[in-house]
Amino acid sequence: MYLKSVFAAALLFTAAGQASAQEKTITIATEGAYAPWNFTGPSGELQGFEIDLAKVLCERMKVKCEIVAQNWDGIIPSLNAKKYDAIMAGMSVTPARKEVIAFSDPYAAGLNAFAVLSDGPLADMPGTGETYSLDSQEAEANAKIEEIAALLKGKIVGVQGSTTASSFMESNFKDGVDLREYKTTEEHNLDLTSGRLDAVLANATVLAEALGKPDMADAKISGPIFSGGVFGFIAVGLRKDDTELKAQFDEAIKAATADGTIKDLSMKWFKVDVSPRG
Amino acid sequence: MVIDFPFLWESFTTLLNGVPLTLQLTALSVVTGAVLAVLLALMRVSNRWWLDLPAQAYIFVFRGTPLLVQIYIIYYGLSQFPELRHSILWPFLRQAYWCAALALALNTAAYSAEIIRGGLLSVPAGQIEAARATGMSGFLLMRRIIFPQALRQMLPGYSNEIILMVKSTALASTVTLMEVTGIAAKLISQSYRPIEVFICAGAIYLAINFIVVRAFAALEYALSPERRPAPASTADQPEKARA
Repeated sequence: MYLKSVFAAALLFTAAGQASAQEKTITIATEGAYAPWNFTGPSGELQGFEIDLAKVLCERMKVKCEIVAQNWDGIIPSLNAKKYDAIMAGMSVTPARKEVIAFSDPYAAGLNAFAVLSDGPLADMPGTGETYSLDSQEAEANAKIEEIAALLKGKIVGVQGSTTASSFMESNFKDGVDLREYKTTEEHNLDLTSGRLDAVLANATVLAEALGKPDMADAKISGPIFSGGVFGFIAVGLRKDDTELKAQFDEAIKAATADGTIKDLSMKWFKVDVSPRG
Repeated sequence: MVIDFPFLWESFTTLLNGVPLTLQLTALSVVTGAVLAVLLALMRVSNRWWLDLPAQAYIFVFRGTPLLVQIYIIYYGLSQFPELRHSILWPFLRQAYWCAALALALNTAAYSAEIIRGGLLSVPAGQIEAARATGMSGFLLMRRIIFPQALRQMLPGYSNEIILMVKSTALASTVTLMEVTGIAAKLISQSYRPIEVFICAGAIYLAINFIVVRAFAALEYALSPERRPAPASTADQPEKARA
């Protein structure tokens, strides 16, 4: 009986191996709590810019794709543990991440901003409505950061843990700011509206989406939008040894950028163009 | 997978910074939870339905729902009510620390109440009758006959509960508290090396619980003179008696 079941299991494995050789299936992980990049819809299915983009890229790569939701704080270790093959979760390319995983060519630029309570003391921080690149406008950006740092002294600021927002806060506002780390941006938004936080720093497109909802009517963007620098570009996260898949993704992203597909999807979900060369 | 020992040590020393908060949350919730648990247990054994029923309902709700859900309801749920945000409770509930301690205390009270009730019911009816026959009643009966024996009976179950509480404090990291697990999550997000960090975090919880286990073993030993062998044989095999 035992031998029989082992034999049956072995047969099953071989069959699965053959099937994958004929039609490759790749599994892509997303967070599912980062609207409008990726989020879980009312009926439980994953939606968002990256879900649409993943479908487009998979079609172009001629592979079958399965998209799964995964907690943000375990998303990189699980990739290396081969729980899935790629990450598309609004993840910026950073030197620290590049030490452990590989990245495709970027498919979006990362823009970050502060949100505060409209009737709070931080409602009118300098530079509101302006955008500064931490690369090409380094001096102006740093001047604004200094002004904001003075205003944030003694304030409580929320960020999602292990994001470019948290490393930006740690490197620029270490002194005098009480920094709280959350599992998701949705959680820090809840604490901003309840008054536990004075400000949050997050991706500007994500904040714009959240601020459009009635429960965040009391909050608004304050201070400039920052781009470049630590926020850099957003790309597909891949295992380092998976060079073949990287080549496929690079080609598909290049084509989707060139023919305006990424721009169209960006306009649909963000109302602004975040495509990397846009 | 090669374990990086210098990094392992660095993680360990960083995680130790979270131990005071872990211990504080455990101590605060266990002590306040125990007070509430004694009240609930007395309500359960009171033989008065209007005391028994509310206690039963409380225990049903807090044992029947996940602690994580309770923490979320207290931390994120309650803060959604503007009335609460303008009440005198807000200075406490605004802080993640008090929300987590409150959830842990309310949760452990439900479990501990049943452990205490079990202990109280384990005292043989004959002994209580005998005590009444000699003229003891009320508080004197409780203090001399019921409580000492109930305490001894509930120790194994209660030590389980304390161990669970030490581990449950890890859930406080979900509401931004930087106890051992919160720091572990942050370290992993910076290093992307979950194995070393989680090994260290696990070792720290193990060490804390080792102390808890030994403390309860010592207490059990002290409270069970009747189970120890007669003094003559104690000299020969003191360790065996303890086990």
